[in-house]
Amino acid sequence: MPVMSYAAAIRDALDVALARDPGVIVYGLGVTDPKGVFGTTLNLHQTFGPARVFDMPTSENAMTGIGVGAALGGLRPVLTHQRLDFALLSLDQIVNNAAKWHFMFGGRRSVPLTIRMIIGRGWGQGPTHSQSLQAWFGHIPGLKVVMPTTAADAKGLLLESIFDDDPVIFLEHRWLHNMTGEVPGGDHRVAIGSASRLRAGGDVTIAALSLMTVEALHAVDHLAGQGIACDLIDLRSVRPIDWPVIEASVRRTGRLLVLDTGYTTGGVAAEIVTHVVESCWSDLRVSPQRLAMPDSPESTSPALTESYHVRAADIAAAVGSLLGRPVETASLAAARRHPHDVPGDWFKGPF
Amino acid sequence: MRADLSQRLLRDMIRIRAVEETIAARYGEGKMRCPTHLSIGQEAPAAAAAAVLRPTDLAVSGHRAHAHYLAKGGDLPAMIAEIYGKATGCARGKGGSMHLIDERVGFMGSTAIVGGTVPVGVGLALARALAGGDDIVCVFMGDAVVETGVFFEAANFAVVRRLPVLFLCENNLYSVYSPLSVRQPPGRSLQSVAAGLGLAASGGDGNDVRAAYGLIAAAADRLRSGNGPQFVELATYRWREHCGPHYDNDIGYRSIEEFEAWRRDDPIVRFREALLAEGTIDGAWLEATEAALAAEVLAAFAFAEASPFPEPEQAFRGLYAKPLGREAVSCR
Repeated sequence: MPVMSYAAAIRDALDVALARDPGVIVYGLGVTDPKGVFGTTLNLHQTFGPARVFDMPTSENAMTGIGVGAALGGLRPVLTHQRLDFALLSLDQIVNNAAKWHFMFGGRRSVPLTIRMIIGRGWGQGPTHSQSLQAWFGHIPGLKVVMPTTAADAKGLLLESIFDDDPVIFLEHRWLHNMTGEVPGGDHRVAIGSASRLRAGGDVTIAALSLMTVEALHAVDHLAGQGIACDLIDLRSVRPIDWPVIEASVRRTGRLLVLDTGYTTGGVAAEIVTHVVESCWSDLRVSPQRLAMPDSPESTSPALTESYHVRAADIAAAVGSLLGRPVETASLAAARRHPHDVPGDWFKGPF
Repeated sequence: MRADLSQRLLRDMIRIRAVEETIAARYGEGKMRCPTHLSIGQEAPAAAAAAVLRPTDLAVSGHRAHAHYLAKGGDLPAMIAEIYGKATGCARGKGGSMHLIDERVGFMGSTAIVGGTVPVGVGLALARALAGGDDIVCVFMGDAVVETGVFFEAANFAVVRRLPVLFLCENNLYSVYSPLSVRQPPGRSLQSVAAGLGLAASGGDGNDVRAAYGLIAAAADRLRSGNGPQFVELATYRWREHCGPHYDNDIGYRSIEEFEAWRRDDPIVRFREALLAEGTIDGAWLEATEAALAAEVLAAFAFAEASPFPEPEQAFRGLYAKPLGREAVSCR
């Protein structure tokens, strides 16, 4: 199976979709530029032509509504935003039109629209280039929301999103773009609403999403050396959430830690903790915990982001707290002490 | 203008008026339980546009959409049933007066957010342009749409891509109670705004249905021959309150004199008298037409009244193209 980056896997998915269905169109600011949205759309217009793969005016709201109209007209549009924050200009069309159309017209017509939004972090992205607002979109009936972590899931969920008949918000974390993994060729699909169990263990359930799943993997593998076995669930979808997988795990472990890239208050982690408390109360041995972003915007200065994000050592410590036993985290923190504001040493900016 | 076309225009206007007047008369019964924006007084642009548009052309509209839906050929009983909240409504009771749809005749939807369907219409035109052919999309809009950001954005894209969109603006002077004077600077016309965006702009008397037809037909011809998006502004006036069945000239946002002047300029009376004078119609035609339309309207209301309400569980159904089992559970 070929190994490729998450960004290449997204490009591969778009390539497969464009080749498979002439109704697929791909557009967004920078889609055809020499950088091709971090490589995710690079040169697709050369293969599929400027009518189907195109750059656009800086008009996020109308371009979203145009995607709705194009979808109603029989196309399967894929709209890309280089930051989620830019898509906030299009909330009217997302919430009032895309999400509602099928319902408010009595099921007469669905809107097969996929909206990619990239979540930034670090390197001074600051307050308005780093927001992870999956809770906002997950709150809206009529939308589906996915947040793949691995390259294979990025491809599988993007293809599934494009060929789904409903509007899907596809959230990709910028720090995942350069992570690599094995990616199946061809029209690989991952079902929307299905979580993935990345590590099996009976001590603590960890429900994570997107980049937090990567931090969790480091923590879980570190804790395994101390005799702690975590059940690590990568949500992959935020709406709908795969409740049976989470409930089954919590019934085994009795302990739940939820990790979220969004702000703490009113977040997806809060929703999961609430659901588990409601549905698995008698299985819980200790009160569930969540680790999410602080309730303040991300700052720009590296001096102000060092202690802002949740990292693997924080996760390991939280697992220890749930188990009521000390765990060693210093070596984990030391092993991951590359500059905290970049995804890896290779990253030299600018965004 | 051909006699059959003149008769169609008059008949469509009388039909819209008859529907709207019946809604107004019966609204107080409390059975039409949704915000309802009547088109009385501004029937001419809808009738004219629908006579220009082909069945395969598409249309979208906003909150005041009854006239557009009816003129485009939308199913009348399904519209009345929708306003009554019935299962037989065009949106199965999910949308009400402000969410009309009849895709069989190319009426692709009206929505309740000002400007909300403008990009939808442009997107439909994008899909049509990729498919080829010379069908066009008519975006019915009011004067307030010209001050929304989404109109600027969507019109700009339509111009950039030379998409076959007719932006048909009914300027009735008010956004709810707010006059144009608080929404546009002195001396700036809506057409000049549209032209500034690169739309080919024209305009005229929206209560003169023949003039409106001529303007729209010319714009449609330019669209079909690939001349890029068009903007047509038609001056007209809503007689009744912004939302609801009553007259509201007593509350002070516009003058009685202004209202009376526009009512004397009734588009139906003007055209009817002209056609009678020309001999295109006679009293018998008029009587038969009005009687037939009155019967059609009565039948539509009877259908709506007799139709069942949707089953209660429908409140939680239809969110997605394929039901999400767990979603259906979690919403109860």
